[in-house]
Amino acid sequence: MATQETTRVTASGVARSRARAATRGGPQKQGTFTPYLFMLPYMILFGIFVAAPTISAFWISLHNWDYLLPGKPFTGLDNYIDLFSGSGSAGLFWKSMWATAQFTIYSVPPLVIFPLLVAVVLHQKFPGRNFFRAVYFAPYVLGVAVVGILWRYLLDPTVGVINYYLGLIGLPSDIPWTNGLPWAWIGLVGMTVWWTAGFNAVIYLAGLQGIPRDLYEAARVDGASRWQQFRHVTLPGLRPVTLFVVTVTILASANVFGQPYLVTGQSGAPGNATRTAIMYITGEGLGRFRMGSASAMSILLASILAIIGAFNFRLLGRRND
Amino acid sequence: MTEATVASRPPGRATASRRPLWWLAYAALVVFTAFYVAPFVWMIVTSFKTNGATTAATPTWIPQPFVTEGYSEIANPALDQPVLKWFLNSAISAVGHTLTVLVTASMAAYALARMEFTGKRLMFGLIIATLFIPPIIFLIPNYLIVDTFGWIDTLMAVIVPTAATAFGVFFMRQFFVSLPIELEEAALLDGANHWAIFTRIVLPLSKPALATLAVLSFLNNWNDFLWPLFVLVSGPNLTLPPGLSQLQSSYGTDYAVIMAGGVLASIPVLIIFTVAQRYVIEGVARSGLKG
Repeated sequence: MATQETTRVTASGVARSRARAATRGGPQKQGTFTPYLFMLPYMILFGIFVAAPTISAFWISLHNWDYLLPGKPFTGLDNYIDLFSGSGSAGLFWKSMWATAQFTIYSVPPLVIFPLLVAVVLHQKFPGRNFFRAVYFAPYVLGVAVVGILWRYLLDPTVGVINYYLGLIGLPSDIPWTNGLPWAWIGLVGMTVWWTAGFNAVIYLAGLQGIPRDLYEAARVDGASRWQQFRHVTLPGLRPVTLFVVTVTILASANVFGQPYLVTGQSGAPGNATRTAIMYITGEGLGRFRMGSASAMSILLASILAIIGAFNFRLLGRRND
Repeated sequence: MTEATVASRPPGRATASRRPLWWLAYAALVVFTAFYVAPFVWMIVTSFKTNGATTAATPTWIPQPFVTEGYSEIANPALDQPVLKWFLNSAISAVGHTLTVLVTASMAAYALARMEFTGKRLMFGLIIATLFIPPIIFLIPNYLIVDTFGWIDTLMAVIVPTAATAFGVFFMRQFFVSLPIELEEAALLDGANHWAIFTRIVLPLSKPALATLAVLSFLNNWNDFLWPLFVLVSGPNLTLPPGLSQLQSSYGTDYAVIMAGGVLASIPVLIIFTVAQRYVIEGVARSGLKG
């Protein structure tokens, strides 16, 4: 009975194929197993590396799972209780959560606003526009490792060019970008904006192309200035895209790892202040091999991110209606 | 569409846009863009300096003397940091990963787009749901799984597990659904089976989508840092991103060497970006609008 319908998704397609099968007086020669054979290679990967890990992350978090020890005793919710009762390494974990929160709070506004400006400018028609678009997007295709080692050098307090040029224009030339506060945050946010602004700008550009031209025409006829057009046509038109950019940027910033790892170091100078949650969790689970507590931390962090994501996508869905 | 926009513009605009203010804005854009490119130029410039010159009190934008010491240092095969081997590892990894994604994702996507079967909605729902799971959840379990397979410190660890991402399936399915179904119906009536239809009709029609997915998968894998940092351990087995991190810690202030490594790691992705810019940007824009 499934054989008759093996090939169609669209309602009209199903109707057509049924009609055709009826006129020809036979079902399509399609084995019942065919769809499953097509699904199989991916589903094997999916089962092993996505579905099973999702479940086993919870399982591991219920154990004192030290990779280096033979026994992995079941400890119930102890790993979670430890995190909330402040025992053991909980303090350092919460410090890393706070570092992540700070990076997210500092980086999201510039990563939402600056790419919007870039997109609005690059949406105009002018000579060389495609070249400029490529330039602003290009840093994003470099990996975080390249961006990290490059900015570690640029931001170096003694030999970095950034401090050199600050000195040239009469500003302090000994700013501790890699090991002082708030300078480390400014450096990390700045390099992240340079690296990923192009990504957000491309999403804004796609959104700008979706705003009907006649809206601008109408606004112009009504005597709206450039700024009024931006304020009353562009911004409202970009609302769903902006909400998407905000969501994706919050999640990306909350997962920050490579920039501080390479620029302020594995321990997050100064004094663990820029060691983020992902840095701490990877150190706990894959450095010290305390995988039970590291899994509990991952699940806690992931739950918070999932709530933020779900909340934002809810908003997104509503605005799209 | 674009022609219509051009036509709808008031005729006076072209001349109006050449006012002094326009030139001022254009000049500002050029200057700002120059600043934007500067960090990357600095990496290239530094890679051609002597190590001593990279920490000079007065930095220069033209290497004096112009040397290739940084590059000969990383090309030295006797080194603890075999950068060329890392390059090769990265290439094998990225190509292997991309092929795995293309094959598995497009096959599954075809079934989801064009066939009816028991459990389809459940499978598709599960796959999509995992797009919303923060990937940190998978890190430790996948480390243990890869360890069970004996893949720690092998390229299999960086080729296979990340190919399970739901994005490829989702992306290809959306494309297949948008294809006109008539050709496939005709082929089916002519007695072709699904495998023939998939390989001879659907895939050739899907070249743009496959190219986009290929480019995005390649870039992701080439640039991946966190996962290889932990599953690749010994010197010769690293890919470039964890390798660059090691280069940074072992060469300290020999910035010519470190930046030469950075340039080497950037060349393939910049070539791909230049050649396939349309696919990269389309992929990003479309993944964005999907939300």
